[in-house]
Amino acid sequence: MNKISIHNLSLTYSDGAQPLRDISFDIPANQISVIFGPAGGGKSSLLRTLNRLNDLTDIQDQEGSVLLDGRDLLDPSLDVIQLRRQVGMVFARPVVLPLSIKKNVTYGLEVAGETNKDLLSETVESSLKKAAIWDEVKARLDDPAIALSGGQQQRLCLARVLALEPEVILLDEPTSGLDPISTGKVEESLQDLKREYTIVLVPHSVQQAARTADQAIFLLQGELIEVNSGELMFTNPQDPRTQDYIQGRFG
Amino acid sequence: MTMKLSARQYKQRLGFSLLTLMTFLTVIPIIGVIIYIIYLGLPAINLEFLTGFPREGMREGGILPAIIGTFYLTLGTATFAVPLGIGSAIYLSEYAPDNKATQLIRIAIINLAGIPSVVYGLFGLGLFVLFLGFGTSILAGSLTLSIMTLPVIISTTEEALRAVPQSFRTVSMSLGATKLQTIKKIVLPQALPGILTGVILGLERAAGETAPILFTVAAFFLPRLPNSPLDATMALPYHLYVISTQVPGMPIKIQYGTALVLLVFVLGMNLVATAIRSRARARRQW
Repeated sequence: MNKISIHNLSLTYSDGAQPLRDISFDIPANQISVIFGPAGGGKSSLLRTLNRLNDLTDIQDQEGSVLLDGRDLLDPSLDVIQLRRQVGMVFARPVVLPLSIKKNVTYGLEVAGETNKDLLSETVESSLKKAAIWDEVKARLDDPAIALSGGQQQRLCLARVLALEPEVILLDEPTSGLDPISTGKVEESLQDLKREYTIVLVPHSVQQAARTADQAIFLLQGELIEVNSGELMFTNPQDPRTQDYIQGRFG
Repeated sequence: MTMKLSARQYKQRLGFSLLTLMTFLTVIPIIGVIIYIIYLGLPAINLEFLTGFPREGMREGGILPAIIGTFYLTLGTATFAVPLGIGSAIYLSEYAPDNKATQLIRIAIINLAGIPSVVYGLFGLGLFVLFLGFGTSILAGSLTLSIMTLPVIISTTEEALRAVPQSFRTVSMSLGATKLQTIKKIVLPQALPGILTGVILGLERAAGETAPILFTVAAFFLPRLPNSPLDATMALPYHLYVISTQVPGMPIKIQYGTALVLLVFVLGMNLVATAIRSRARARRQW
């Protein structure tokens, strides 16, 4: 079953740059879809289209359609606040908000108007557990989140997204600042999370793409070169450009 | 072995010494002024001077009405300039589109800061005292000082808002917060110390200015406390001008005592601003 369907998506910024050109593919539910390719290929722009975070940048033109459960996300009348609760995002650099650990987790719910204290503290516990950081922070939930290590901060960022019970989770190079052990932990939790969520990941390396992908999408300079299952993409790519990139001949 | 400095190293040492010297040269007059005023003014300071009314043509007694007047004027200026200034800065930093109109507003604000204070005084006389009919009053004076203070508050507030990392805003909005919630819950609390510093520096300038209050509020001699915003009042900077130039036979210690009180008032505000800033720096979470 497809969670998201992208049809002929093109994106133009007001400075004339065109990070995405005529992109079409489907994102199946409860799988990890990995969007990979060299820098400047449009991966982040594509990710940020899925939660309309591109609205914060200077877009001149968006064409095509992006359907989430059949509803077009590019519709100007769409409630983007609601959408962003439904489609959560974890960024490359762990940006914890200048609040306590607990408040970071409840932030999304609180801005949505949730005031039930019991529900909030239950959410704190369950989200931190899902992000595999509960045991490390349960004794100091009121401490400033900035005091955590980089790896812990990134898992907190994941917990913060999970607290909103999204349907889709976008991850933009979530492990780029992390050591191999923390990276392993994040990749492990993705495998658990995909049972409940649809995951779209921009990996920080081809190796990570190969390790995690159920489906892989290769983007090159704003164009979609190849969509394939993770297995086929990294063992038997169809396009020579994909092959060259995976084997490290460019990028 | 003899150490021989190359020409480059020599120049480097000379440059460093010159720059150090320049720094000292700027600090010396400041310290000098403060010491001089304390030395000449301190003998005048006693309870009567601080809490009494002027007597004998201001040659004796206290300066309470001027102290209270300056306090009210600063308070009045804050009442108008702080909400207006912070509001404009939030608009300019967070909402204003990057276009010609916004640029024009910014240029106007920068230029407002460069207008001589006596011009503000004349403007206040024309608009608030005469046209709007407030008369020479604390209200007219506060409004005039507000207009003079606004550019300082707007530009420092805008700077403080811009210093808050953009990523906080992006993250907040990615979690479903609206722009207004993001500003209220994340941006403003982080920028608050910077904003407060700017506000205090602006108000400090307002408290020490003579020209803008000259035609709008300040009374030459009014030995009672103001009891409404529409009252005129004495104020420290203008009182200092009056007793220094307009009253023959004025004891020097009264002049310097008044200067000392004004200095303490203004430097005290400065100290508070510095304390806020350094405390915030120590607690900053990014």
